This record gives sequence, structure tokens and C-alpha cells, in this order.
Amino acid sequence: MTTLLETAEPIILAEHLTKTFTSRKRTGRFHREREDFTAVDGIDLGIASGELVGYIGPNGAGKSTTIKMLTGILTPTSGTLRVAGYEPQRDRVRLARQIGVVFGQRTTLWWDLPLRDSFTLLQRLYKIPPDRFAANLARYTEALDLGPFLDRPVRQLSLGQRMRGDITAALLHDPAVVYLDEPTIGLDVVSKHAVREFLSDLNRRTGTTILLTTHDIADIERLCSRVVAIDHGRVTYDGSLDALRADRDLETVVRELYLGRSLVDTTE
Amino acid sequence: MAELSSHAADERPLPGPVAYLLLVRMWSKSASQYRVSLMLTSFAQLLTTSLDLIAIVVIYSQVQTIADFTLPETLYLYGTTRLAFGLSDLFASGVENLATTIRLGNFDLVLIRPVSSLAQVLADQFTPKRFGKLLAPIITLGWAVNTLPVQWTVLKILVCIDTVVSGFFLYCALWVLTGCISFIAVDAQEVSNSFTYGSEFATEYPLQIFGRPLGLALTFVLPVAFVTWQPSLYVLGHADPFGLPGFLRFASPFAAAALSAIAALAWRACVRRYRSTGS
Repeated sequence: MTTLLETAEPIILAEHLTKTFTSRKRTGRFHREREDFTAVDGIDLGIASGELVGYIGPNGAGKSTTIKMLTGILTPTSGTLRVAGYEPQRDRVRLARQIGVVFGQRTTLWWDLPLRDSFTLLQRLYKIPPDRFAANLARYTEALDLGPFLDRPVRQLSLGQRMRGDITAALLHDPAVVYLDEPTIGLDVVSKHAVREFLSDLNRRTGTTILLTTHDIADIERLCSRVVAIDHGRVTYDGSLDALRADRDLETVVRELYLGRSLVDTTE
Repeated sequence: MAELSSHAADERPLPGPVAYLLLVRMWSKSASQYRVSLMLTSFAQLLTTSLDLIAIVVIYSQVQTIADFTLPETLYLYGTTRLAFGLSDLFASGVENLATTIRLGNFDLVLIRPVSSLAQVLADQFTPKRFGKLLAPIITLGWAVNTLPVQWTVLKILVCIDTVVSGFFLYCALWVLTGCISFIAVDAQEVSNSFTYGSEFATEYPLQIFGRPLGLALTFVLPVAFVTWQPSLYVLGHADPFGLPGFLRFASPFAAAALSAIAALAWRACVRRYRSTGS
């Protein structure tokens, strides 16, 4: 990994990235105590353009918080961060056109309108040139088999259909970086397979950098060449998939990572 | 990366007003999917917004004046306030959904779009039924303007238009400021409503019925009185019962501009501090 970082400016570069949430807890009738919770604790992460990285960790490990900082939704408490040449929080609106985001548990589509309407709105919001929009929509319609439900209201779509719609929505503007937060959650085997094939093909064909958050071991196994694991806001593994499963099966190793074992050498 | 360089050619985000109109069109289209419901609720809006109008008329059937104000004068106050508020409601009441949006974590989705977050929040769940709230004030104001024994000079006409325009901006600023409260206390929706709806109620009646301390508070604490009260005193040819200086009759645009600027700054600060929900 170090060689990659040395040769090219990484498309995502985080140094000592930290996010601390402060909440006030009632401790008496009038007393409130400040309580700090560090969700992301000094993460260093460099991702080169064109990588497909699996970002894993147990619930509450800080994955979503990291992604929210990478998109500019949350302001880091400390550390530096650059994505596609931008400082996410400061340049959030400009950065938005360089990134695509899929939240597996939320939809960005317009519930009551035909799927196609959500796409044409995005064309305007992202200022996608008409010819490129038409070409992209045609390509994704074919690759994700959207044809049968493109003109159906989103509320009538199945979860798998909606997810394919959401993935298309995140990609129509040709983002350089795509974050996918559990894109296969709740999908049936066929839909999962279709989504994986599509993402793998997208990464290979266009060199789109993909950061994938998932709890599905098969997602990682089929898609990611590199895995970054975090726990309690710290990186516990950063390296190739093959090294991770070199001597044991992936599920066992991931379970150990989730249970708190760190595979990062911290002695140096 | 090829995509990066081609995007750099036109980096400017879509202007906020354009994004706002696009989103308003989408929400209207969504609302019209339920046509019967839309028609019924529009009618309901028309009725409920006319209720306090009826109350005013009933009171005036018993008395000639309230605190020196005749029926046409009070209806002039009512019409300008309601019209200003109705327009702000049409334009900006999407902010009302912000608390829910934040609580459900959907504000994240607002922040990943390459357009102004405020434009998206203002347009949120726009529905054409809000046009229904404009009918009663327009008719009332039209009647009051026709009935009032006022010599309409150019300046008075300008002040009258300014009353509605400044009022509109002031209410929009209040909507945005109350939206900011949602960032601080997600469950504060009721607190915010008491600001916007409460202040609207306050300026519909001649201010002195609330007495001097409250009248002054409404003038300076929330500059709501500028909406109709001060400029209307000029249009109607009334002396200020609180004895405030005359230049305040023309201060509405400045008060509206100042509060709009404050609201814009507060919004930026709130979005920056947005902490997002759990995961």
C-alpha cells in the first residue's frame, strides 16, 4: 500500500482523522455533565484512484461516521482530510458532484413518482450534459435491468429494484468516488449477485474508486481487493484481502477483528 | 481521472433559486398523485384561514373601533399580515419538516446534493394547497384598500407593497431561524411553531391591545411589528400610540434585510455544526 501512496496522490487521504461527539447527560435535577464520545479516533487512510476497498467493522465502530466526514456531512474534530482534491466539509457542495453515495437503509428516490423522474431531476441538479445522461441511463438500465420498472412509482418497487434504482441515482453523474453503505442489505440472492457483478464491472471498466461498507462476508470476498477494518474508531487492519485470509477462512478472521483483535502492528 | 477534468469545466453549483424551483415542481408532482386529498385539504386550508377573519368581523359588529382602529383599518392590518405570512408559508414552510428530517437522519441526504441545503429544506414537501391560504387575505386586503378613507399617494402605495414584501422576507427569516432551532433541539418543533404562528397572530390585531411592555417587546425583541404595524401606521395616518420615532414607519425593509442576513448566517452555522444521528 505504501508504494501506491508514494507514487500517486491518493483520491482519498485522511490523516489522524478524529470525530468526537459531545453530549450532555443529566446527572441531577439541574446538573448536566458533558460526555465525550470519540467515534473515529485518529484514522490514517489513503485510497488510490481506482481501488475497490471494503471498509468493515462491528456496529458502532465508526464506519458511518468516517463516511459522513468523507462526504462533508460531518465536520472532523481534528485531523486532515482530502477527497478528490477537495476538503469535504468546506467544499461540500462542489465535492458532491465528484462523489456518489448509496445508503443501503435509505432511499434518495422520490417515493410517489416514477423512478425515471428521480433520474431526470438528478440530471438537472448535477448539471449532467444531456448526451452523457442519456448514455449513462441507457447503460445502467441495461446493466441493472431497470427497464421493466423505470416508469413505475418508487413506492411500488421491491427492495431489490429500489436498490438498483438508488445505485443508478448515485452514478449518473460519473462520480470519481462512490461510497456504498451496506448496498446489499436485505436483498435476495439474485439481487445481491446482480449488484456485486455490477459494482465489480463498474470499478474495472471506469476506474471508479469504490469504498464499500458491509457486513456481508461474501460482498468482501467477491469484490474487494483491499480491506480496511476499524473498531472503536481505530484501524485494526489495512491490507489486501488475500493477506487477510492467507491462513484461515475469511469469516473467522473477520469475526476476530469484530471481537476486538487488532492486526495492525502498533509496536513501531 | 477523466471525469474530474471534465467536471472542472463547469464547477459552479446549480444556483439555489433554480434548484428550489426544480424541487418545488417535483414535490407538486408528488402531491398531485393524490388529487382528491389535495383538493380537500386546499379547501380545508381556505376555511381554517378564514375563521379568524370571521372572528374580527363578529367583534366589529358589536363595537365601532378597537383601540381607535376601525374595521377597514383592522382588516388592512389583517390582510397585509396574512398575505405576507401566506406567501412566506407558500415559499418557506418546508422548514417545518426539518426536525423530522434531522431526527430520521435524512438530513444526510440533503447534504450529499450539489445544491444549496437551504433551497432543499425550503422546498421540502411543497404542496400547491398552500395557495389556498392566499385567497382570503387577498380579498380582505382588496376590500380594505377600497374602503379605507385613505388618499393613496405614490409613497403610500409603495409603503403598502413594501409592507407585504418586507413582511414576506421577515417571516421567511423567522422560518429559517426556527428551522435552526431544530438543529439544536430536535424535538423543538412546538417551540418553533409558537414563534412563527404566534407572531403572526400578534400582528393581526392592533398592537396596543397587548399593552405597552408587550408591544415594545414585539417591536424590538422579535421585529415582527415591522411586518404591518409601523408602515401601516403611516398608510392609515395614525400616530404611534407608543410614541416611537417617525422614521420607524419606513424601517421595515431594513429590519427585514437585517433579519434575513442573520437567518442566513445562523443557517450556515447550524449546517456546519450539524452532528447527524447515530449511524
